[in-house]
Amino acid sequence: MLRLVVRRLLQLIPTLLGLSVLLFLWLHKLPGGPAAAMLGERATAADRIRIERALGLDQPLWVQYGRFLKRLGELDLGTSTQTGQPVWEEFVQRFPATVELSVFAMLLAIAVGIPLGYFAARRRGGWLDVSAVSGSLLGICIPVFFLAFILKAIFAVNLGWFPSFGRQTTGLNATEVTGFYVLDGLLTGELDAAWDALVHLVLPAMALASIPLAIIVRMTRASVLEVLGEDYVRTAESKGLHRRVVRGRHVLRNALLPVVTVIGLLTGSLLSGAVLTESVFAFGGIGSFLRTAIDARDYPVLVGFIMFIALAYVVLNLLVDLAYNLIDPRVRVH
Amino acid sequence: MSTKTDKIDRLAELTAQTETSTGHSLAYEAFRRLRASKMAVIGACIIAVFVVLAVLGPWIAPYSPTAQAWRGEVLPAQSVFVGPRGENWLGLDHLGRDEFSRMLVGARQTLLVGVVSTLLGFTVGCLIGVGAGAAATLGGRLGRRIDTVVMRFIDMLLALPSLLLAVSVAAVLGQSLTTVMIAVGVVQIPIFARLLRGAMLAQGGSDYVLASQALGVRKRRIVLGHIVPNSLSPVIVQATLSLATAIIEAAALSYLGLGNPDAAVPEWGVMLAQAQRFFDAAPMLAVYPSVGIIITALGFTLLGEAMREALDPKLRS
Amino acid sequence: MPLLSVDELTVTFTARGRRDVRAVSGVSFSVDQGEVVGLVGESGCGKSVTSLALMGLLPKRGVTVGGRAEFDGTDLFGLGDAKLREMRGSQLAMIFQDPLSSLNPVVPIGVQVTEILSRHRGLKGEAARKEAAHLLDRVGIPDPRRRLKEYPHQLSGGMRQRALIAMAVACAPRLLIADEPTTALDVTIQAQILELLKELVDEEGTALLMITHDLGVVAGLCDQVNVLYAGKTVESAGRRELFASPTHPYANGLLGSIPRLDAPRGEPLRPVRGSINDQIAWADGCAFAPRCDHYTLECLQGTPELTEPRTPGHQVRCVNPVLSPVGAGDVAVIEAPHIVTGLETGLETGPETGPEAGPGTEQPAPGAVTAVAAAAPATGEPSGEAGTVPTVEPAGKPAPGADVTTAGGAAPRTVTQARDGEEPGGEPAAPSAAGEEPTEAGS
Repeated sequence: MLRLVVRRLLQLIPTLLGLSVLLFLWLHKLPGGPAAAMLGERATAADRIRIERALGLDQPLWVQYGRFLKRLGELDLGTSTQTGQPVWEEFVQRFPATVELSVFAMLLAIAVGIPLGYFAARRRGGWLDVSAVSGSLLGICIPVFFLAFILKAIFAVNLGWFPSFGRQTTGLNATEVTGFYVLDGLLTGELDAAWDALVHLVLPAMALASIPLAIIVRMTRASVLEVLGEDYVRTAESKGLHRRVVRGRHVLRNALLPVVTVIGLLTGSLLSGAVLTESVFAFGGIGSFLRTAIDARDYPVLVGFIMFIALAYVVLNLLVDLAYNLIDPRVRVH
Repeated sequence: MSTKTDKIDRLAELTAQTETSTGHSLAYEAFRRLRASKMAVIGACIIAVFVVLAVLGPWIAPYSPTAQAWRGEVLPAQSVFVGPRGENWLGLDHLGRDEFSRMLVGARQTLLVGVVSTLLGFTVGCLIGVGAGAAATLGGRLGRRIDTVVMRFIDMLLALPSLLLAVSVAAVLGQSLTTVMIAVGVVQIPIFARLLRGAMLAQGGSDYVLASQALGVRKRRIVLGHIVPNSLSPVIVQATLSLATAIIEAAALSYLGLGNPDAAVPEWGVMLAQAQRFFDAAPMLAVYPSVGIIITALGFTLLGEAMREALDPKLRS
Repeated sequence: MPLLSVDELTVTFTARGRRDVRAVSGVSFSVDQGEVVGLVGESGCGKSVTSLALMGLLPKRGVTVGGRAEFDGTDLFGLGDAKLREMRGSQLAMIFQDPLSSLNPVVPIGVQVTEILSRHRGLKGEAARKEAAHLLDRVGIPDPRRRLKEYPHQLSGGMRQRALIAMAVACAPRLLIADEPTTALDVTIQAQILELLKELVDEEGTALLMITHDLGVVAGLCDQVNVLYAGKTVESAGRRELFASPTHPYANGLLGSIPRLDAPRGEPLRPVRGSINDQIAWADGCAFAPRCDHYTLECLQGTPELTEPRTPGHQVRCVNPVLSPVGAGDVAVIEAPHIVTGLETGLETGPETGPEAGPGTEQPAPGAVTAVAAAAPATGEPSGEAGTVPTVEPAGKPAPGADVTTAGGAAPRTVTQARDGEEPGGEPAAPSAAGEEPTEAGS
């Protein structure tokens, strides 16, 4: 197991290096080059020359790349042209909001998606199955930000059931410990704060969960249908086992294997959706920040974000692989 | 007597039937099941309507999509909008233009973005996929090395969230419809490449490839004549599904302000992006393009899913 | 009273927009305590569906099961789900064809064995593990304690089938249904598994319903044989009786299709032509007619009934049964030592492993098998038993075997070749020998 982890971690290195090369070249191809990227579009010519010299842009490309890599390694992602703050600090500050939202959305998608997919498969062709399948097809086709708008318009603006923006009611002086507000509320015993944060999470999480939910439902359904037809399920039935044993140990345990993989991959792609959802609900996470960064062409933030997301993605992939290794004995290394 | 000959004939017929197999080609079989599928028929109908609108849109639109003919009637700042009425079936947009005409004309741009970007992803992805797949199956040790390197690169692209890849492309190329097409297309490349390579590897391990090799068939012919045609079906299914995602993805890029800034060519994504500013006063302006996008994407998704089912060997009876 | 009696079992598959498919259309047989009964037929004849219907393992939707199946006085088809689950695994157990796909890949073997013990015998924890290890040991799996922790993919094919058998016999069921338990295995492993089954049956007095297409397995194991064709029993007889005188043209063809080592070089093999054809339903007449060498117009006059044209208890569903002259077997008796290849495995493991296997029981078996050859001449002989040899106008047969009508043409395809027929010298001596064989076997 440890050897596998080490091997997979080593395999990450070329991927990340390649990515850094791509990013480096991308920065050079930007209109105005990296200097403009650093300074933003309002830079004067004098500023540019100064920064080009400071960045060593007169030196050979590979030297420049070396510096670029060194700075990445030191987590020096530059300074945001919007806020003037170091990009890394901006991330650290906004990171918990996005993670909280993504985790909550994923939990929602899993908690609803797996049972729905399972029961749809059990009653194939029934009303639940038909509506789950058509609902999930529709879910994939609705643009996330449009869904976010609709949810906001109906449940926040019209019905007033949920707040329409932010992570917390303003003026609620909740103690901050981890930056994950729901968790903070629970940790400090400020249950009203936890509840408040939770209520703020509902609508964005619903919007963000729509696509993963649709995919998990379809995946689970297909997988359960396949497993139900397997010989070993018939064997289990032939042993006269109780229905719940057959379903839990023999059907679900096998059917969830491919679903686990999909969940891992979906978590990686959640961050894209978060950009769109957070901006609709002014959620104050990395997503909202990125939205404004795109608008303002805040390149240091974009570069840092791409590196960061790529890293998160490969790490997630690694975790999925390891999880798979734990639950499927057939791929287990001995 | 006649009943007797009848019976003999019947017996003869049955005997003959026992000898001949009643097999059809794979493609025919898949097409037959596709036609029987309700999902496929609905999807195909939606796509047909959409394509007709996209082609004829500019000619059948009652007004010019850019003429601000009713400019004075709309005051976005005061939240004064004009809803559906006799002369403007879907009302007016924030600049006093006929929304219905804009929707009709916009269909073409939306289809164009979907088709061009998917074609881009499909072509480049398949070229990479065929290269890597061929190298991996028949290229020996060097081939497998090449395959590994290429697939590492593809995995790297896959690690980039599509939206950010698109943003990066847009940053280099500037803001235009071409940017959106390229951005959305580039995101599809790794998907097609992986899919085709995977299918080719599966085919490459099969006995008929071994048999062809044993017979001395040239490698190029094995790859292009046998492995690729047999590996294409998942790729074609993916292309259909990709059309749906491309349209949605393009809308998202437009929403983020990376779409076509040219007001002369309306596009659903851009219309949606503009309408969101007036969402509280005139939500329908956002709903029309959204519904257009959703229905179109649904059409491609339905057809794609039906094709996947029709081509699935496990479901074949 | 038999342990299991199946009466006119029918299984129909219905799917929306498709023609109903009757997979089993009237199968009747019974299994006594400690008896081994074979259901034989080619793929698609309904034998597996029959076994699944008895176990209540067919899907609920789209399947209609008709007829009766009584197990020790209880109507199997009338049981509720809970009662059926109670019986499955404890009273009735089943062994499946493909041991790899029949075992759950992500659950250790040990759990898959203990779960049935805790379900029906209330064994838990260490007690269950101990019993499971004992069971694995009993079915011949070495180092059972270690194996309990392993997963199916870590076991060899034969080992997996042994594990499946261990699960099936874990609660000492009264009836064991084995659905082609050896098909997916190597020949050497097949023999071991059959031996194991025979041992278990003999020791426990378990009744065994053996479903197979392998006549070798039947010859080695079964007391009573039912030959199925297109969902109906076409012939039912004791093992020796059936091998000595296969009377339905299908059974006859099946036995004749086995390659013989003693056949002259260049002798063509004689397959049963075609494959099961669902174009003709039993309601129209005999479903085997399109493939039959002996069909006449009577074959299409409604469903043929089961009759006993030869000996009591030997049932045949055919209007033109293949009735050889009683003495025909003697030719074969002379050739008795030359055994048919396909049957060797079954024959050798069978009598040797059985505890009652002595010289007395061993002898009839080879005789019975070679009698296949003896039964044959009649089918091709136009003069001998003219009345029973069916002839059909050539016009009705465009198929490759169009020349059935002439004796010469028939010879290569019917069961025994002209060579046997040309040795009339053997005939006078025959009646006594061949005539006694089946009787002896039956007793």
